[in-house]
Amino acid sequence: MSFVFYVLAAVTLAGALAAVTLKNTVHCALALTVAFAGLALLYLELDAQFAGFAQILVYIGAVAILVVFAILLTKGSETPKDGVYSRNWFAGLVISAGVFAVLGWAVLQSAAVLPGPGGDPTAAPEVTVLQIGNALMGRYVLPLEIVALLLTSALIGAVIVAMHEKEETK
Amino acid sequence: MTPLTGYLLVAALLFSIGLAGALTRRNAILVLIGIELMLNAANLNLIAFWRYGPHPEALTGMMFAIFSIAVAAAEAAVGLGLVIQIHRHAHTTDLDRMNRMKG
Amino acid sequence: MQDQSLNTIAIAASIIMPALVLVPAVPMIVAGAISLMKQKRRKAAARLAIGSLGFSFLYSLAAFILVASRPGMSICTYTNWFQVGQAYVELGWILDPLSAVMLVMVSFVGLLIFIYSVGYMEHDENYTRFFCFMSLFAGAMLGLVIANSVLLLFMCWELVGLTSYLLIGFWYQKPSAAAAAKKAFLTTRIGDVLFLLGMVWLYAQTGTLILYKGGAGAIEPAALTTLLAQHAGLGLSAASAIGLLIFAGAAGKSGQFPLHVWLPDAMEGPTPVSALIHAATMVAAGVYLIARVYPLMAAGAHAGGSTAALTVVTWVGAFTAVFAALIAVAQNDIKRILAYSTISQLGYMMAGLGMGGVAVGMFHLITHAFFKALLFLGAGSVIHGCLEEQDIRRMGGLRAEMPLTFVTYAIGMLALCGFPLLFSGFWSKDGILDAARHWSVAKTPFYMLVFGALLTAFYMTRQVAYVFFGARRGNEPAHESPRVMTAPLAILAFFAVALGLIGTPAWPWFRAFLEGSALSFDWHGFVEPEFITLLGLSTVVVCVGLGLGLWLYGGKSPAPEQPDALEMLAPLPWGWLRNRLYVDELYGATVIAFYGWWARVADWLDRRVWGGAVAGVAWAFSRWARLNRFLDTNWVDGSFDKGCEELASGGGLLSRVQNGRVQTYLRILAAAVVGLIAILIWSSRP
Repeated sequence: MSFVFYVLAAVTLAGALAAVTLKNTVHCALALTVAFAGLALLYLELDAQFAGFAQILVYIGAVAILVVFAILLTKGSETPKDGVYSRNWFAGLVISAGVFAVLGWAVLQSAAVLPGPGGDPTAAPEVTVLQIGNALMGRYVLPLEIVALLLTSALIGAVIVAMHEKEETK
Repeated sequence: MTPLTGYLLVAALLFSIGLAGALTRRNAILVLIGIELMLNAANLNLIAFWRYGPHPEALTGMMFAIFSIAVAAAEAAVGLGLVIQIHRHAHTTDLDRMNRMKG
Repeated sequence: MQDQSLNTIAIAASIIMPALVLVPAVPMIVAGAISLMKQKRRKAAARLAIGSLGFSFLYSLAAFILVASRPGMSICTYTNWFQVGQAYVELGWILDPLSAVMLVMVSFVGLLIFIYSVGYMEHDENYTRFFCFMSLFAGAMLGLVIANSVLLLFMCWELVGLTSYLLIGFWYQKPSAAAAAKKAFLTTRIGDVLFLLGMVWLYAQTGTLILYKGGAGAIEPAALTTLLAQHAGLGLSAASAIGLLIFAGAAGKSGQFPLHVWLPDAMEGPTPVSALIHAATMVAAGVYLIARVYPLMAAGAHAGGSTAALTVVTWVGAFTAVFAALIAVAQNDIKRILAYSTISQLGYMMAGLGMGGVAVGMFHLITHAFFKALLFLGAGSVIHGCLEEQDIRRMGGLRAEMPLTFVTYAIGMLALCGFPLLFSGFWSKDGILDAARHWSVAKTPFYMLVFGALLTAFYMTRQVAYVFFGARRGNEPAHESPRVMTAPLAILAFFAVALGLIGTPAWPWFRAFLEGSALSFDWHGFVEPEFITLLGLSTVVVCVGLGLGLWLYGGKSPAPEQPDALEMLAPLPWGWLRNRLYVDELYGATVIAFYGWWARVADWLDRRVWGGAVAGVAWAFSRWARLNRFLDTNWVDGSFDKGCEELASGGGLLSRVQNGRVQTYLRILAAAVVGLIAILIWSSRP
């Protein structure tokens, strides 16, 4: 395991932890952005350049901003008087720990049967945008169209929701 | 430990952190943040399996991840819109207060 | 002619005999009818009663003529009443000289007394009730005298006792009357129980209750030999023992010592009741009973001798005659003197039966019925005239104010005393004295009866002197009674004299009639030397008694508060006699006290022991009920209610899962997924 991997992993995980534990919600959103960035770099490390840049564009460029907007619009920057953690937060913690235990155990248990790194670990696949474009238009044209429909409907839905809000405030 | 195992463990940890955030924070937006983290962890899993899988040239994993990103974006938009709408009505985003569907 | 008369007799018998039951039945039915009438319909009630008894009298007269037409005729019938197992209970009636003469006497005297009551009870508001009870009594008495079945006789016996109770206690608001009625009933009950025992024994031994059954009856020779053969302890045969038990019943009803205590108290009833029931008829029922079962009583007697039963009858009768006469000397109530006189005369009748046989006793019964009824009705007239005064010391000089009453009363008194020759009482009492003199067992009863005759003359003279002679000691002047009351007196007085004619030794019609023997008029009966001495003796005794009475009481009129003339002579014996020789007090101290103690013991047992047991059971049940309620409320209900409550709260608990918070649902979802994955992975391990 290379050093880069460890650094990137640490950054991502630190960002994620911060995102869920900080009191100030805006700080959480910013930490989330750091986590997204770390993930994008991990994608680049994994030779999935397109996925990495798509991650930066979409997640950091849209979703994170959206989250910040939502926080600001809902006065989420104020610290709630009851504390940031919900009632019975410990149960959630325990359940998450359980999830991690199961997943980790599954991963480690199957390490023996996992296929070795396909060929050479250093042999990165040659992935060009042309290939991705061909795949999108070829094999994956149906999912593409469906995702397009999905995005359209999500857009319309969000607009409708936003529109209603505006009419009510009038 | 193979590199794949490392990536998988990171993804698992990320997933559980996201889950912990979704289950323990009061604010609804932070629940959505947690869900985004979980989705990202799944994406990381997909990419890792694509890279260290038997047929990386098939681009299956990458395609899956890209579609996942798109869907996650759409879902985040709608979800946050709903959270804003809820805030308009209940004047709070505190999930502990939202128990009108109590049984 | 002979055949024609025989045919007539046969036809008459066939008509009269089957409907003989009408004689008692009609008055009883009339009694029932009167009981349903309103109290206001007095005339109708009286007319019905007198009419029914008149009918019975005419019928009895017809039956009497029928029986008289053929000497010694006796017709018996019997029918089965109901069946008990293998045995039959039978009823039957009999028409023979004895029952015929009793029928005529009872219905005739009863009729006269009914007519008298119309006047006597005029001012009483319970007029109709009186006639209802009197009719019932008349019916029962008539039924008694024609009964051929011991059971039927006993039933009528009890009915007669019942009506006596009802009539003694006629004025039941008076406590003394109610007590007297109760005393009469209970005292006669003692006799009745013994009578019933005798009856049951008789039935058990002879197998039938019918007296005359064409040879198979209970007192016919075949049965009597059976009874004589059995021994019943105390050296008696069964016949004698049964006879004694039956005599016990007769002693109760006829007021023999020691069961005489009810008769004087029975004077609480109205005077017609005293006349009819307690002088003429009911008390005579006991004598009639002995006469009816005489074959049983006399069974086993050797020629000229006597049986144990008849001896007891004689001694009891003689003792009672003297005992009651002694007490009568010292009484001051006009009716009580007559009551004790009745007891005494009943003793004479019993003694006559015991010593001389049926004819002797029955003749005295018939004559006594007439003159005693006369005396009682006369006393009633006196009481009515003196405005309900009954104490003889407050009367006096009524000879002038009530002449008709005085004359009839005097005739009755002389008949009772046995004044020689003219009066029936003389002949009947002489018959008894004659039999006593010839009695083979002992001579003492004869002397006792003679002494009794002396006492009878003495106390009757005393009574008449007090009531009719001397100065008036009462408050207001007396008035003579109305014709409806004095007419019966006159008729009875006539018979008090005339009946003597059928019993003289010269022409003993009565004896011949009863015994069915030949009859002839014979002056020699008078001139037998024995008879002359007896005649002389009784004349002397009567005159001595009359003279003593006149000497002590004649012409004087002592004030009520002054002591009696005899009392001044012999105060201590007078006190004993005045207090009726303390028999009532003796009973009160012994028998009644015992019963009172027994009643208290029974009451204590009932309240404490049985009542305590019942209360204990009730308490246990109430405890048990409480325990049940506790269990039911707390355990059964409680457990059910608790279960429901737990269910509800469990539901409440479970509903907490649905708390409406998204994060809770998420947690549960995540936990479930973790679990499922773990299971999947675990199960798919190689």
